[in-house]
Amino acid sequence: MTMIQEIEARLTGLEQEEASLSGDETVNALRRRQIARERGELLETCRTLTPADKVWLARHNARPGVADYLGALFTDFFEQKGDRLCAEDPSILGGVARFHNRPVTVIGHRKGRTLEENLKYNFGMPSPEGYRKARRLMAQAEKFGRPIITFIDTPGAYPGLEAEARGQGEAIARCLADMSMLTVPVIAVVTGEGGSGGALALGVANEVLMLEHAVYSVLSPEGFAAILWKDSSRSSEACDVMKLTAQDLRALGVIDEIIPEPLGGAHRDPQAVYDALDQMLSKSLSMLSKQSGAQLAENRYQKFRAMGAVKEDK
Amino acid sequence: MTDPIRRRRLGLQRLRDIRRKPMEPAVAPSEGAEVFRACPKCGESSSKLKLNENQMVCPACGYHYPIGAYYRLHILVDRGSFQELDGGAPVADPLDFPNYPDKLEALREKTGLRDALLTGTCRIDGYRAVIGVLDGSFLMGSMGAAVGERLALAVEYADAHHLPLIVFSASGGARMQEGIVSLMQMAKTSAALARFSERGGFYLSVFTHPTTGGVTASFASLGDVLLAEPGALIGFAGPRVIEQTVGQKLPEGFQTAEYLEEHGFLDQIVDRRALRATIAQLLGLHGYKRRRTL
Repeated sequence: MTMIQEIEARLTGLEQEEASLSGDETVNALRRRQIARERGELLETCRTLTPADKVWLARHNARPGVADYLGALFTDFFEQKGDRLCAEDPSILGGVARFHNRPVTVIGHRKGRTLEENLKYNFGMPSPEGYRKARRLMAQAEKFGRPIITFIDTPGAYPGLEAEARGQGEAIARCLADMSMLTVPVIAVVTGEGGSGGALALGVANEVLMLEHAVYSVLSPEGFAAILWKDSSRSSEACDVMKLTAQDLRALGVIDEIIPEPLGGAHRDPQAVYDALDQMLSKSLSMLSKQSGAQLAENRYQKFRAMGAVKEDK
Repeated sequence: MTDPIRRRRLGLQRLRDIRRKPMEPAVAPSEGAEVFRACPKCGESSSKLKLNENQMVCPACGYHYPIGAYYRLHILVDRGSFQELDGGAPVADPLDFPNYPDKLEALREKTGLRDALLTGTCRIDGYRAVIGVLDGSFLMGSMGAAVGERLALAVEYADAHHLPLIVFSASGGARMQEGIVSLMQMAKTSAALARFSERGGFYLSVFTHPTTGGVTASFASLGDVLLAEPGALIGFAGPRVIEQTVGQKLPEGFQTAEYLEEHGFLDQIVDRRALRATIAQLLGLHGYKRRRTL
């Protein structure tokens, strides 16, 4: 059990107790004050979270997802379904909406909150159809000159028999290639789990923003431990070496900006996250809108072209 | 521990071998005739000499043995035509992964390769081309910063010199030891190829056994023409991961080249012994001209 799980359990306990207080009001008021103080102390301990804590928060069931951001930051959303080839993959949600009145294309991984939703959206693990739908929507955004905003939150692309039969690898590769050539502003926001190629397929952006406690990695910590140490139970150790936190990734130059979260994680006060993200998105979008289409494509190309070009050894 | 001069000399010696005597067997005839290998597919024993003459394809059943980058060039390119492209061997250790730089150095020394991808210019039956070959013996042909950088440089070289690009893949996917930086190579290589494609460059991708993960989900799948060697395993998620996820045994022949061809993800499966002729045919069909002189 990670530290944050313990804190979360105790916070939930306090909230339940507060909700069920009854009887003498003076006694209750006293207890309420105590609860508030305990709650504050618990949240204070959230100032220093380990990478494993962040992985747990990034996967938290109540964490805001693409549908929540669409509701809070955008208006006039029109969903567009289907890849125009064979199927609709609901694990990627996409369409046109207005951001501060300006039409934009929004595409994001969708996990759902209840078990029923999780199953319907395949826990946010897209099939090739999802990536082909994303490409279709990006091509339309390009045609109509709309900026693209993506929300990344997936354990990874679905590793299944049907997904392989329908070309999971090809679908992701084409997404990467097409995104790199777009002449409209592209902003990606890593909101929860950024897992592997399935996350990157929506991440070839001019600006990559990331929530404070989101994670982004080549593979899940469990998978990483299984491959390198043949032991998936060493996942918390993997969290420590993988540099998957927003802070590490900014130091590596993989992401550009970090969106602050309230103490205890985004789900404790979603509105605070919406406000911070709205501000950052507005800033990024107005900055990118000053660039020409050719500049946007060139800058995006150079940004990814430079990744990993470190110390030369001849 | 590291002797860059010796390492370089070893690599150059191998390249010289390819240039000078490309069609000679890699083992001496006297030795090779007596050493036998049993085919992992049909069990038939063949002498190393015989296998070598047959481009490491089992004479009995046609099983394609996995081969290294130097041997690939040896059987594919015109004698003396290969020239390695310089640059692009960054030592990326973004995770400060224990022993990783030492492991890289040891592998460089052992294989004569600078990383899992060997790139250069060559001539194939008279056609000039830029070629990249992944070598499975170098950390399973996994893609880290060096592979991504070398591939991007090769693409840019092909673009600048109006040459066709041919890449042979064999890879376990992203190089875990480099973490997120290895993931970003997928975007980098795909972006370079997208540009190359837009400018009219011809890119031929050949899948060989096995090609999975981040390499399948980036440059290997982006060819104008996609070929594969018979029986090659090709996929995004590996068979073990899928079995664990779906909790059932995978059908016979799943994720083989034949399976992909049937599902519409390959132009053709081509026998190793016919690849040289097929590649020359394709380069001719795409308007490139044969030139006999170096």
